[in-house]
Amino acid sequence: MSVHELGEPLLEVRDLKVHFPTPDGLVKAVDGLSFDVRRGETFGIVGESGSGKSVTCLTALGLITRSNAELGGEVLFKGRDLLAMSGEELQKIRGKELAMIFQDPFACLHPMYRVGDQLVEAVRVHDPVSKQVARERVVELLSAVGIPRPRERFRDYPHQYSGGMRQRAMIAMALLHNPDVLIADEPTTALDVTVQAQILELIDRIKTEFRIGVILITHDLGVIADVAQTVMVMYAGRSMERAGVVDLFGKPLHPYTWGLLESIPTVVQKGTRLMPIEGAPPSLISVPPGCPFHPRCPHRFSPCDSERPDFKDRGGGHPEACHLSVEDKRRLWSERESRRTQVAV
Amino acid sequence: MGRYVVRRLLWTVLVVLIVTLLTFIIFYVMPPGNPAVRFAGKQPTPELIAEVEHNLGLDRSLPEQYGLFVKRLFLGDGDECPVGISGCGWPGLGVSYDSRTAVREEMINRTPRTLALIVGAATIWLIMGVSIGVVSALKRRTIWDRLAMGFALFGISAPVFWLGLVALYVFSKTLQIEALGTGYVEFSSNPWGWFTHLLLPWFVLALLYAAFYARMTRGNLIDVMGEDYIRTARAKGLSERTVVLKHGLRASLTPIVTIFGLDIALLVGGAVITETVFNIQGLGNYTVQAAQGADLPAVTGVVVIAAFAVAFMNLLVDVAYAYLDPRVRYS
Repeated sequence: MSVHELGEPLLEVRDLKVHFPTPDGLVKAVDGLSFDVRRGETFGIVGESGSGKSVTCLTALGLITRSNAELGGEVLFKGRDLLAMSGEELQKIRGKELAMIFQDPFACLHPMYRVGDQLVEAVRVHDPVSKQVARERVVELLSAVGIPRPRERFRDYPHQYSGGMRQRAMIAMALLHNPDVLIADEPTTALDVTVQAQILELIDRIKTEFRIGVILITHDLGVIADVAQTVMVMYAGRSMERAGVVDLFGKPLHPYTWGLLESIPTVVQKGTRLMPIEGAPPSLISVPPGCPFHPRCPHRFSPCDSERPDFKDRGGGHPEACHLSVEDKRRLWSERESRRTQVAV
Repeated sequence: MGRYVVRRLLWTVLVVLIVTLLTFIIFYVMPPGNPAVRFAGKQPTPELIAEVEHNLGLDRSLPEQYGLFVKRLFLGDGDECPVGISGCGWPGLGVSYDSRTAVREEMINRTPRTLALIVGAATIWLIMGVSIGVVSALKRRTIWDRLAMGFALFGISAPVFWLGLVALYVFSKTLQIEALGTGYVEFSSNPWGWFTHLLLPWFVLALLYAAFYARMTRGNLIDVMGEDYIRTARAKGLSERTVVLKHGLRASLTPIVTIFGLDIALLVGGAVITETVFNIQGLGNYTVQAAQGADLPAVTGVVVIAAFAVAFMNLLVDVAYAYLDPRVRYS
């Protein structure tokens, strides 16, 4: 573990609950989630669609508020609770100390304004400098994120940029005010694989250079393995397991994580069978009682369908939420691993 | 862009030509009966009819008549004006059968009235419709939204002639406000009177369109506010006001521009009811009279103006669209 190298916690999420009232019932998008993001750390959040990853981040950014959801718990950003802040206070933090980039760079820039002007606007929201000064800063950052001929591309409209360039522009926008935390919500999902790698490398470089905390949301474990230091696995709005990236991939402790790992195709172990997780994620209106994963878990036993397992550290700085004992889990995982490679032979 | 506009203008001329050809066929070739008979008095002799036909050019072949019509349209008919009639010139639109006046002169007199009506009403409905739509979109499912959409339903349902008469009854008859009465006052003679006499027609005509535009703006804005780039704008830390008025409205007004241009164009020659109720002697009014009286040159005159208005506004809309949405570029 390299936790001791990391800086102070920037974002502390404590027992966060985000529930949306709908005509069909209460959608529990996030239900009791806790984690910390530290300076200089890339914190990966993994999970299937609808596991509450994006909702968590939009709530942290104050884009989901009490007017459209029932919120519980706290999100401390540098010690201040974001959930208790007024709209104006949040506006001052958003885009300045806390920035976010999104999944689809094709849709995230306004199609009718020049890219440069959109960035200049972002500068001047928080910093009342002249247009010229703002412009210089924008050009500098466009160049820093690897946009060629930034002075010319400044005048282009988003449709004249490629997908990778748009995501670079979004990253430049997020960095304009040297934020403390950058939230990246599936930043590479919509991009070509080669561009993906470049964008991830860029985010990693930024994290190191600016010493910021990065939250990287993805459903792609390969992306996480590349850049994250800590990984949290989410399921049905709860965290199932959290560990350093080496531990998570080497000694995963939760059956859901096992399922995720077994469903990644690999080239190294050619011939290894893909084993998808049976079943589908639960409806967030009626989450199964006990462990939300139990209906799909091959290792379920008596308490799984009635008692919700605590999310806690059972030794080794590797908290998880499962009723199985750590010894049982180590044994089961090594059995599954050997079974998987046998199938391949 | 310049080349594009020139090419489109040439197309506009072609469109106007095709429209006039269709009008010519509909009004000169298809109807039974001889227009010359109407001019020859109560007991026309064949010689008299022949003479009238000759004067009106009806004794020539149809292609020749149309050719002559086009030639006058483009070159003017100043040197061919019949005796005792003034106001011929460019563009030559012939002489009305009914009033024995040059159609061109009628157009010159009436077009400004119709334009004054349309431009004023359009300004009102655009401002009203868009602002009501914005409020309603932002306060969705509140009392304000319901009130606004109730207004829209009323505006769309209330017929213009009824609304016009009610307005006249209330303001002109009951409240005895003379300045709001019917008729058209020349701007040059009395600007204030011009303004006040147009107020009721403006609002009555605008209401229907304002209602449509409110619903359109509301729908568009609700869609746009769900777009990812609006989330980006919020994530930048912009105030909600800037997010809506700069980022949201910009994207949702673009489709409205298209409709706006065409609505204005269609009212040239189409604001019949408003012009009739408020006794504004404009183009719409003239069209109805001309069509009822089978006054062929008058009908063709209005059609030429209206066709030109539609074609020209189309061009304007396309140019505006390219300006508003950079993804659209014409070459």
